[in-house]
Amino acid sequence: MALMNMVQAINTTLKEEMERDESVVILGEDVGTDGGVFRLTEGLLAKFGPERVIDTPLAEAGIVGTSIGMAMNGLRPIAEVQFMGFSYLALNQMICHAARMRNRTRGRLSVPMVLRMPYGAGVKALEHHSESTEALYCQIPGLKVVVPSTPLEAKGLLTSAIRDPDPVVFLEPTRSYRMLKEEVPEGEYLIPLSQARKVQDGKDVTVIGWGAMMPLIQKAVDSLRGKVSCDVLDLRTLSPADWKAVIASVKDTGRAVVVQEAPRSFGVGAEIVARINEKALLSLEAPVERVTAPDVTVPLPKGEDYYYISPDRIIKAIMRTASY
Amino acid sequence: MLTDDYHPLKGKRLEVLKADGSVVKELDPKLDDATLLSIYRTMVLTRLADDKAVKLQRQGRLGAYPPTKGQEASQIGPAVAMEKDDWTVWAFRELGNLIHRGVPLWRLYLYWMGNEEGSNYVEGQRITPSAVPVGSQIPHSVGIAYAARSRKERTAVVCYFGDGGTSEGEFHEGLNFAGVWKTPNVFICQNNQWAISVPRSRQTAADTIAQKAIAYGFPGIQVDGNDVLAMYIATNEALERARNGEGPTLIESYTYRMGDHTTSDDATRYRLEKELEEWAQKDPIKRFRTYLVNRGLWDDAKETALNEELAAFVEEAVKKAEAYPRPTLEDTFKFTYEKMPEELEEQLAALRDDLGKEG
Ligand SMILES: Cc1ncc(C[n+]2csc(CCOP(=O)(O)OP(=O)(O)O)c2C)c(N)n1
Ligand SMILES: [Mg+2]
Repeated sequence: MALMNMVQAINTTLKEEMERDESVVILGEDVGTDGGVFRLTEGLLAKFGPERVIDTPLAEAGIVGTSIGMAMNGLRPIAEVQFMGFSYLALNQMICHAARMRNRTRGRLSVPMVLRMPYGAGVKALEHHSESTEALYCQIPGLKVVVPSTPLEAKGLLTSAIRDPDPVVFLEPTRSYRMLKEEVPEGEYLIPLSQARKVQDGKDVTVIGWGAMMPLIQKAVDSLRGKVSCDVLDLRTLSPADWKAVIASVKDTGRAVVVQEAPRSFGVGAEIVARINEKALLSLEAPVERVTAPDVTVPLPKGEDYYYISPDRIIKAIMRTASY
Repeated sequence: MLTDDYHPLKGKRLEVLKADGSVVKELDPKLDDATLLSIYRTMVLTRLADDKAVKLQRQGRLGAYPPTKGQEASQIGPAVAMEKDDWTVWAFRELGNLIHRGVPLWRLYLYWMGNEEGSNYVEGQRITPSAVPVGSQIPHSVGIAYAARSRKERTAVVCYFGDGGTSEGEFHEGLNFAGVWKTPNVFICQNNQWAISVPRSRQTAADTIAQKAIAYGFPGIQVDGNDVLAMYIATNEALERARNGEGPTLIESYTYRMGDHTTSDDATRYRLEKELEEWAQKDPIKRFRTYLVNRGLWDDAKETALNEELAAFVEEAVKKAEAYPRPTLEDTFKFTYEKMPEELEEQLAALRDDLGKEG
């Protein structure tokens, strides 16, 4: 075991998976010599050489399109896009090909690739560097969407993503990259995809989140300790999600708050509420609340605090739900 | 025509100002003294303003910033050739062009400090806001040029992008449209040799970026981008062609990014100090100053006075940007649509309640 932040945990996972499986390759902008703009691929070029750690030309459609080709022909590419806000150039490739190749060929060809990228606000960055548009990917059948919330989680989930037979979009919360260190085991450590994590047991209100929202949720529920007992779920895999865990918890508590970094409308939070309505409506004692960003473009740094969810907003939502 | 004499496949690069400050006679644009001095003024101002932005970032007073040091000639030469009604469509490292064309420096600081009002330039100014997604602005410039022509304007559109930008699909699509439509576009690729850590040689297997124009069916030219007079005459010729309905031109400005990619970057991780030292010898401002001194237009006393004056101007701009009010909660909502939908009004009210006095 070693104390690691999320950058180190991901870097170690990439290294171990490349050692284990020669077909794993990494490609993206600045992933080689520079070790990635956030240093996620630091040291990998030196260790595995330029055939397996590829500094590509500056072109996201090219990175993802060639990854799909590699994946169809025996490699296991891990494509890095520098920020989620630049992944839209590759949406065509993800939606029209990565997601459908298996179905289109009745299983003859598949695309075992991972598309890794940092996402999320709260870091006072330039425009397009704070996007949380996971719902775009979640709506595409054939893609899996995974969001780790801690270093240990990142290791377990990324290992599973790399070994998964289908294309996985792996979203790394920029804000959490260096926020916290925790013990991460050396060697193989897997967390199955599509399994939510129970962060803490509670009986009054279910609180559901993922990725960068988890530390904020933790702050909120900690400050309510003794007043409201929260059952906290980290969804981990947004698609296909672990609806059983969500429903089981809501049936116990009868109340739920969903925390979603993205704008309010048409997000993953809306899907969660719909599932609760379908399977646990009669257990509900209060309307399910969503804490989300408003339906506006992520503001530049001077206005970001209005937009970015605070523990205080989560506390208020939990209190409203608990006392409904 | 320069684009014939310096055809990209001939392996030649246009140069007017030599390192010793002398000019190639037959290429001298013979600009008047006032213009020459105004060029120098903007070059020095750009350098000072740029250095200041980096310092402000280090002090936590400005966000991530892409230094433009070394690329002043590549930005200001074209600005001098442009008419007031021409458009600048830029990426994010074109400070000199914007300053010379009259965008208030304090607004640009405001933008890099993280306030959307920083992109709200002077009313009527034909300058798009920065385009952070690399290469994405290139097709816009073609649409703007098309619209100008169809509205019977005799204006041209200068579009900037980097060497890395030429790898994006939108570079191909934009230049291809421009070729087919024969639009009044001047594409300026600031080939500063690097796209973050990736060298030019890893972006394209072609010898030059300029030669890509040939395949799109219009002229291209590689120009010494640290030579403000060469950039001026190349852009001038291209603008004339554009205005005469003869279609687009691609100018490859061969220059160098002397700073880090942005203030978040550390270039020593991937490039050699020696390379930087070599390019420092070709500093565009030093070279132009030598030329002015040789012509008897400049001396140390003037240099000192100008530096003092411009340093004070930069300080004023910083003050003005820092004094600018922080956006309100409503500011983050009200430009989403022309008229705020009822739903958004409700979200605004709910968020104001939730934020309490903060909002
Ligand atoms: C579509 C897209 N992908 C990635 C990035 C991240 N990024 C910002 S600048 C840059 C390099 C740009 O290089 P170049 O076009 O040569 O311009 P320069 O920075 O040298 O001025 C990269 C990769 C981005 N802004 N947009
Ligand atoms: Mg460049």
